[in-house]
Amino acid sequence: MRYPVLATTLTGERRWPANAMAIQTIDKTAKNLVLTVQDYSLFAWRAFKNLYRPPIYWSEFLLQADIIGFGSLSIVVLTGLSTGGVLALQSAATLSAFGATAITGQFVSLTMIRELGPILTGVMVSGRNASSMASELGSMVVTEQIDAMRALGVDPMRKLVTPRIAATITMLFFLTIVSDACGIAGGGLVTVFMNHQNGTLYLDKAWEALRYPDIIQGLVKPLFFGYILSSIGCFYGMRTSGGTQGVGRSTIEAVVWSSVLIIFVDFLLTQVLLTLFPAL
Amino acid sequence: MSDFPASVQPGPRPSGQETADPVAAFCNVSIAFDGPPVLENVSFSVAPGETRVLLGPAGVGKSVLLKLANGLLRPDEGRILLFGEEITHMPEEQLFALRARTGMVFQEGALFDSLSVRDNVAYQLIQQQVPDSEIDRRVRDALRFVELEETFDLFPSSLSGGMRRRVAIARAFIQSPELLLYDSPTGGLDPVTSTTIIELIVKERDVSHTPSLLVTHRLQDALALCNHRFDPEQGRMVPFPKGETDPSTTFLMLEEGRLIFDGSLHELVKSQNPFVREFLE
Repeated sequence: MRYPVLATTLTGERRWPANAMAIQTIDKTAKNLVLTVQDYSLFAWRAFKNLYRPPIYWSEFLLQADIIGFGSLSIVVLTGLSTGGVLALQSAATLSAFGATAITGQFVSLTMIRELGPILTGVMVSGRNASSMASELGSMVVTEQIDAMRALGVDPMRKLVTPRIAATITMLFFLTIVSDACGIAGGGLVTVFMNHQNGTLYLDKAWEALRYPDIIQGLVKPLFFGYILSSIGCFYGMRTSGGTQGVGRSTIEAVVWSSVLIIFVDFLLTQVLLTLFPAL
Repeated sequence: MSDFPASVQPGPRPSGQETADPVAAFCNVSIAFDGPPVLENVSFSVAPGETRVLLGPAGVGKSVLLKLANGLLRPDEGRILLFGEEITHMPEEQLFALRARTGMVFQEGALFDSLSVRDNVAYQLIQQQVPDSEIDRRVRDALRFVELEETFDLFPSSLSGGMRRRVAIARAFIQSPELLLYDSPTGGLDPVTSTTIIELIVKERDVSHTPSLLVTHRLQDALALCNHRFDPEQGRMVPFPKGETDPSTTFLMLEEGRLIFDGSLHELVKSQNPFVREFLE
């Protein structure tokens, strides 16, 4: 392999040629990416192990459950209602072409429970809580509060990270159920008041279509999404550097990567679950 | 201990005092962060009852050295002993128990801003599930020591910079630590508040005789520490008679990551090292 050599400019300045600089940039970016993945894997594994090992800070868990769960309730309800309503509107327009508007309820409930409920709740909660975790922990890092905690003999992973992850997994599970219910209710309201169809038929079809594998699929996903969004939020918060600007950067990265990973993992999980439950 | 150089082995200190095993010891410690070394081959020790003042201008690695002392950072090379145990490669879980035996005062206080002064000072006691009545009593004692008893229910955001630093000192003192680490405790404070903080450190040194490592770039603070003692009868810091200094207070000096001086105040002022001379003058 030939290595690039320093080129001399007209002014006598020694510089790397443009192609060498591009290679160096790609090299540095790739190394940083690999290092970040490695750090995150170690972080996520340590956080996962701590979920089952004492001491468990129950008061922190309850506090975070309140902030994450009840704090996110309003946005989850609104998102669920709107999404269910939109699904009913869109599906009714398409289904009427085939004279099948009666199955709007089936369409809305299956879509909400299998897919949209978990993913929308995950992304909405990620936007609200992954960012808040990253900024809160990031601020603690730059003001040396995390170092102070370690110096006082307390493990910040156990005290700050584990309760947030446990609370997010628990509350996202219930928030997804709320979102599913609101989605079906939103679809029902649109079906009755805007599409002028029979509400009882809508609910009958919504209920009839559901099978246990659908519900399992819809309730397994939030467990993974909760873990992803909280561990990424905490990870970026805990590795913050560069003062207040660094806190902002960590917040952005936490939201972007948690949202992207939720969507990507959703794809993988759907594949796995469809393999496990082929009758779906 | 046997492979530690003579400078960090138990034995006569520059001040002439006999010492037992050091509370903390550095042996050829080096560390770098994406660039030239921040610390290079640093070796020294802190003996029981000794106060070591680490001098040096900003950016020479003083705070890094302090964080290495209780395992908040890991050295690239060399060995560090804390309470006789090597912490260089000690797992984080084991380090927490050792760190709990030290008290650290951070540069800006590093108080937990979501907790009240009471909960900040009592942080370790709360983790140990000490009864509330006992916590309240000990927190009031610690706050009385730093003359801030009235701040018991306040939050850090309502305190001045000097008050925050004093609360941080109370937090470090409350568990009667076996080693105190002060990271520029007077940095950014006005002269009057700085004197108050130095008085607290002198009081702690002379009342509890806790070994300590203090980093500062302020020569006047280092000299005040060495030239004063706490008078329990008057309840305040008083100067030593002319020509006398505190024998347990000794000095270290860093220049660009290297330890260039280790000795008493007398040796410091007599030093012919150009950097030391420039710093003193």
